[in-house]
Amino acid sequence: MGDAKAGAPVKFLSDVVSWFATGAHWHGNNGIPHRVEEHVLMSAAAVGAAILVTMPPSLALGHLRRFGVLAVNVSNVGRAIPSFAILVLMVQLVGIGAEPAFIALFVLAVPPLVTNSYVGMADVDDDIRESARGMGMTGWESVRRVELPVALPVVLAGVRTAAVQVVATATLAAVVAWGGLGRYIIDGLAQQDNVQVFAGALLVGVLSVLTELLLSLVQRVVVSAGLTHRHAGKNDPFVGAATTAEAT
Amino acid sequence: MLGPWGVAAIREPWVRWDWVSRHVDDILRALRDHVVLTFIAVAVGFLIAAPLSLLVRRWRWLEAPVFSVTGILYTIPSLALLALLVPLTGLTRTTAEVALVSYTLLILIRNIVAGLDGVPPDVTEAATGMGYGRARQLVRVELPLALPVIMAGLRIAVVTTIGLVTVTALIGQGGLGQLILDGLNRNFRTEVVVGSALSVGLAVAADAALLVVQRLATPWATRKRARP
Repeated sequence: MGDAKAGAPVKFLSDVVSWFATGAHWHGNNGIPHRVEEHVLMSAAAVGAAILVTMPPSLALGHLRRFGVLAVNVSNVGRAIPSFAILVLMVQLVGIGAEPAFIALFVLAVPPLVTNSYVGMADVDDDIRESARGMGMTGWESVRRVELPVALPVVLAGVRTAAVQVVATATLAAVVAWGGLGRYIIDGLAQQDNVQVFAGALLVGVLSVLTELLLSLVQRVVVSAGLTHRHAGKNDPFVGAATTAEAT
Repeated sequence: MLGPWGVAAIREPWVRWDWVSRHVDDILRALRDHVVLTFIAVAVGFLIAAPLSLLVRRWRWLEAPVFSVTGILYTIPSLALLALLVPLTGLTRTTAEVALVSYTLLILIRNIVAGLDGVPPDVTEAATGMGYGRARQLVRVELPLALPVIMAGLRIAVVTTIGLVTVTALIGQGGLGQLILDGLNRNFRTEVVVGSALSVGLAVAADAALLVVQRLATPWATRKRARP
């Protein structure tokens, strides 16, 4: 704790700045670029895989409005299981390293994707569906050209929740001997090096907020302008609708 | 604090009941620490969230800044937030609680504001017409009607916090996460399984208990579907 005694915050912050300015922290396996790359690639792989596996069936079930209780409750169950516990349990199953991290992150991404995909599709107004059919669209055309675009804000909110949660939990993966930005925090705590801990936390915080902002931007770009006002209130992840968000 | 890892034990059973029976006291202490950490976080969170929600209702322009700040806090990963606080407050319970409280704020404020906003204007007008002042109207009319949504927020906050408390073991604050962490470091499955199972069990039990409280407190709302 030596470097952070009260009265020395300026010293501490300048130590953090010089940590970032140290050339050695920008090169090699434990360098910032490599750790960021690991973190981002692992998170993207886990979320991408979870989207490929869970989204098509969830959208289909939402369209059919079947198994709704299951699709909604998977999120409630997911919230009750701590991500840290999932991560360590995976180590018990497959050993330490990248594999348990990937599997745990995949598992964590599933609930918000399933729930929001289902709810987004199931909540499309019957009037809208009937209008599509009345205009002569087939069932598939209605799904592709009407229901999916209308469901998109809620579906993407699920992707955003999953991605932010996965980026956050990838930090914890350092505890199970994987890399990523959590390495700095875990190693710093072990070495009682508060400067490294703080620098790692800054990097993780920035990456999480950037993930959230980037996906919000994507959402704004791809969601039809006609929907943005109508759905403004419906997207709130904590209130009313069964969509989800989780702290990690 | 993080030891080296041994080779994964292949034939290790998931739960060694003899270990559990010999460590009932340790397990109960971890469970108690977990409950205390959670309770303090949600209680303090509520004490901060309630007045902030009322301020947001009074001055709507506060809505954007309050939700932005609490939203950013909510987005920062727990381990990172703990790590950011360690240089300030050390490896202490204060560090753990500050982080835990900050995660409850967004959930609680959103639900309190949404609950109060959801009170039908007819009802508040009727109350005003009956001569209810601002404070009495809030306590006697608006809060009871908003209670289901507020309780829903409280349940989400409690369940989320119970999960997050497992992480505070990384800064040495005990709780069920300590069992999980010890199990990981010593390569001893039983501790991991017991810590994880109790954490999930605690979350489910707390959620159910709060649901019962909610039903008892709002007997008129039982026919409505509970919000997740």
